[in-house]
Amino acid sequence: MLLEVEGLCVNYGHIEAIRNISFGVAEGEVTTLIGANGAGKTTTLKTISGLRKVREGKIVFDGKDITRLAPYDRVKLGISQSPEGRGCFPGMTVRENLDMGAYVRTDRKTPAYREDVERVFQLFPRLEERVNQTAGTMSGGEQQMLAIGRALMARPRLVLLDEPSMGLAPRLIQQIFTIISEINQQGTTVLLVEQNAAQALRRAHQAHVLETGEIVRSGTGEELSGDPSVRAAYLGGDV
Amino acid sequence: MHFDFLFQHIFELTITGLALGAIYALVALGYTMVYGILQLINFAHSEVFMFGTFAFAWVFVFIHGTTSASQGLGSTIGLLILALVAAMLTSAAVALLIERVAYRPLLKKDAPKLIALISAIGASFTLSELMGVRDKVAAWFGLEDNLSNYVSNARDIYANPVTINPKGLFTIGDYTVTDVDLVVIGAALAMMLALDIFVRRTRFGRGIRAVAQDPESALLMGVNSTRIIQITFLIGGLMAGAAAALYMLKIGTTRQNAGFILGVKAFTAAVLGGIGNLRGALLGGLLLGVVENWGSAVFGTQWKDVVAFVLLVLILLVRPSGLLGEALGKARA
Ligand SMILES: Nc1ncnc2c1ncn2[C@@H]1O[C@H](COP(=O)(O)OP(=O)(O)OP(=O)(O)O)[C@@H](O)[C@H]1O
Ligand SMILES: [Mg+2]
Repeated sequence: MLLEVEGLCVNYGHIEAIRNISFGVAEGEVTTLIGANGAGKTTTLKTISGLRKVREGKIVFDGKDITRLAPYDRVKLGISQSPEGRGCFPGMTVRENLDMGAYVRTDRKTPAYREDVERVFQLFPRLEERVNQTAGTMSGGEQQMLAIGRALMARPRLVLLDEPSMGLAPRLIQQIFTIISEINQQGTTVLLVEQNAAQALRRAHQAHVLETGEIVRSGTGEELSGDPSVRAAYLGGDV
Repeated sequence: MHFDFLFQHIFELTITGLALGAIYALVALGYTMVYGILQLINFAHSEVFMFGTFAFAWVFVFIHGTTSASQGLGSTIGLLILALVAAMLTSAAVALLIERVAYRPLLKKDAPKLIALISAIGASFTLSELMGVRDKVAAWFGLEDNLSNYVSNARDIYANPVTINPKGLFTIGDYTVTDVDLVVIGAALAMMLALDIFVRRTRFGRGIRAVAQDPESALLMGVNSTRIIQITFLIGGLMAGAAAALYMLKIGTTRQNAGFILGVKAFTAAVLGGIGNLRGALLGGLLLGVVENWGSAVFGTQWKDVVAFVLLVLILLVRPSGLLGEALGKARA
């Protein structure tokens, strides 16, 4: 397992946002967390990135306990995230945002770096057209592409994607999921959080269902898409 | 009202106003940068400036002595640069101390902004009063005689230290522009240009902008925000120290509460220009310095501060976010 979450509990004040959850993310795979609003998906990803304090449990990345590690050290180890709501830097251009994604890298002047920028532009040609536009003036979908591209600029071993399809037109959603598979095939492990459960389960090797802070079901993407209770709750019965 | 006086002396009033405004602007940068990343008014920033003025004066007195007659800029240039460096380092150290003692423990605990403001006000009084009792502190160590040039009459104006005779260089209208005017305006602009390049072109500069625009995203990019906050205070301190040196060059005296009114003016300049915006601080500072001078020419010197704050209110009525300010949360820094 590249990432292992063991008995994780996170609180907001007295509210238990996640309670004793455990799951793993295997290297080279796409793992997805699905669940209703407020189930704790975003909290889980933020905690993995070090933005939320762990009350109990631990997080192990590549055999190393990172539970108390500073967020920037986690990025250096190879965990990057495209957050819910995109979190692009509004006053920075597309290029500056991508540079921010590579903040922990020291090879900015090298061909390898330029190749990575090229790769992002190949995945999202729209970003290349808009390279000098400030992120705050871009459409929601464009910002979503930027957030994903920016997360890739860290050259992560594990990329956390929080609702990458949120607010996008149906055709674009399809495209984003295709790109996620592509990113994965290029060798990056993906932990994907989605409301769009049908698509997420189709792409995922492993899937976990979160309900009010607890994992209630786990299996392969295929197994869960076939599971009657998952279908009823998250897929509207029509996969 | 003396509009005729204003028009007669328009060049003099404008140029000396620009010099004063450049000093406001340098101090304003510290307010605006800290606000940009923490959404906090660093109330103690005025003391960062005040310590810089004393460092400048002390170095000057230490090397030069107090008895000598006033000097020209040219003959003391080496000493002035040394004193400038001392002022910048001292102010930077005070700024870092404030960050470490008055802010960081509170930020770590997610304390409300109001608490941090109170803490900053406390730090401001503490530092100012500390400077006011420097004679007592020296006495504890039995040094009051040895240090009498530095600590005597602690609460009075520290009047003798720096006397620079300005030398006229050339004439615009009926005003002879002096070397001191040019050095003050030129040095302030150069510092600001350097800062602008730093913020735009360097990795730490990008980190500062990132934390200002979206602190949580900045963390996800691997920005060490504690370090970035420190760097921001450091830069604000360096700029305030440079402002302190230029202030001493121009005014020549200081005292333990010299930071207060200047701090209020600089903060006003920052708000006027659009708080959080670096170029706004420059614009706000220069504008405030000039308008204040014009205003005191028209209405009399005692109206100077009234003019400054009426200007602030008028501009905020028309543009609540300041001259160059964007709606909060949008493009900053
Ligand atoms: N900053 C916060 N302060 C207090 N409570 C919070 C905070 N963030 C999240 N919560 C609470 O924690 C629980 C889990 O929220 P979380 O954002 O992780 O859900 P989610 O699964 O990502 O939901 P969604 O699908 O709507 O994005 C919710 O009950 C939420 O109200
Ligand atoms: Mg969420």
